Amino acid sequence: MKTSIQFRLNDEEVATFADSGSNLLDVLREGIGDLSVKGGCWQGTCGTCTVLVDGMPRLSCVTLAESCEGKSIETVAGLRQGAKLHPLQTAFMERFAAQCGYCTPGMLMAAKALLDREPNPTRENVVDAICGNICRCTGYEPIIAAVLDAARAAPRRS
Amino acid sequence: MARHRGRGVATINYPIGMNLGGDPSQALVHSNPTGKFTVALSSIDLGQGMKSVTRQICAETLGIPVEDVYVDTADSDTGPHCMGSFASRGTHRVGNAVMAAAREARAVMMEAAAEELEVDPGDLETDGRGSIHVKGAPHRAISVRDVAIAAQFRQGKTISGRGIFLVPLSDVNPETGEMSPATCYAHACQIVDLEVDDETGEVTVLKMTSAYELGRAINPKLVEQQLVGGSWMGMSHALFETPEPYYPDTREGPRDFNEYLMPGPGDICPHDIVVLERPAPDGPFGAKGPGEMCANPSLPAIANAIYDAVGVRIDELPITPEKVLRALKVRGRPEAPPRVR
Repeated sequence: MKTSIQFRLNDEEVATFADSGSNLLDVLREGIGDLSVKGGCWQGTCGTCTVLVDGMPRLSCVTLAESCEGKSIETVAGLRQGAKLHPLQTAFMERFAAQCGYCTPGMLMAAKALLDREPNPTRENVVDAICGNICRCTGYEPIIAAVLDAARAAPRRS
Repeated sequence: MARHRGRGVATINYPIGMNLGGDPSQALVHSNPTGKFTVALSSIDLGQGMKSVTRQICAETLGIPVEDVYVDTADSDTGPHCMGSFASRGTHRVGNAVMAAAREARAVMMEAAAEELEVDPGDLETDGRGSIHVKGAPHRAISVRDVAIAAQFRQGKTISGRGIFLVPLSDVNPETGEMSPATCYAHACQIVDLEVDDETGEVTVLKMTSAYELGRAINPKLVEQQLVGGSWMGMSHALFETPEPYYPDTREGPRDFNEYLMPGPGDICPHDIVVLERPAPDGPFGAKGPGEMCANPSLPAIANAIYDAVGVRIDELPITPEKVLRALKVRGRPEAPPRVR
């Protein structure tokens, strides 16, 4: 049976119908058409499907879509403002923090959740924030360096 | 009960590519009527930068801007043949094939330009910015775009080239069996500092210090990225990855990211890297390959460092805490406090 689901996606109201019990990943990709969210393991272990639900990082492949009714969801498609890249995206480029790029959407969202919460993170904070996200190319060091760079580059809020 | 520090060193001598059947790769290069060039390959870019590197090699050989080259790796059914992306062979094998194809295409391009300018092709040179002119007379010039249009619509020429790289067959000495199956070797040396906990068997890598000799680095940032990621994978082979417990029977083996472990962001260590560039005589612009070879020295260096730390020689990978503890049980715990270095 189809259920109607409505939530905010990257600051826009969206609504769709989905099978009851669908996961958020399928609803975002197939229902809404936001292909910036990637599916990796479909069991909540790789982290590439990470999105923010009310500011908190969530594994969309193991999140019930219906539980997101009325909530605010952020995906990597909403990171840049027009032509202006988010500081995390710029830092990932400059640090060569991706090879195949499959983990990058999840890495960016996990890092954004951290920087939104903690604008001046330590290296340990960054490691904690991305330790649920698997990368098989970079050895993580360029990613950690990029997140720390982005924190330094972001305009300070008091 | 103590944590013991150890240091291990390893050096490697890594043949680029395979030795079997000449290990060939092919490339085709052709111009479009807009003066842009396409490189057709079946060689796959896994993210390691094959497209970037072959694009640079093609542009440099043709003498045109890198922006004017597009690399198409779309389909191994219809593209020119390639053995594959492995064994550190991409830059060397495919790069050489692209270079040969681009040379042939360049010769046609220069002939077409010479016909338009009514000069001898040998008197022409490219400026690397999309123009071809008479040597010493930059005003006698024609754009690559106009050459492509003329070749296509007036002269009836295809500005194109074919390239293949095949390792020459090595003769076998019937007396000794000696032969030289590889033509190109990369080298690396790595020092690993680590700590072994004699109570838990846990190994913590503290620092890596490495030098890599890999011919000319065609794209230094991509090379550095490969070296950082590759040494992480070497650490993973040495300490984490295993099809245990009943390999080769895989029924009880790891099946997913939960069970097949590799180092996470909390397991990595600082890594000082030096790149030495000694151009390879048979490499494209002197390049060898940093790909797979950079993971290799970490395995013996880590095993050696563990021996240095606690005196046990573990010769089966990965070196799990269980294997360290079993070996320590046989040998006995080293004296505490750990040796003063």
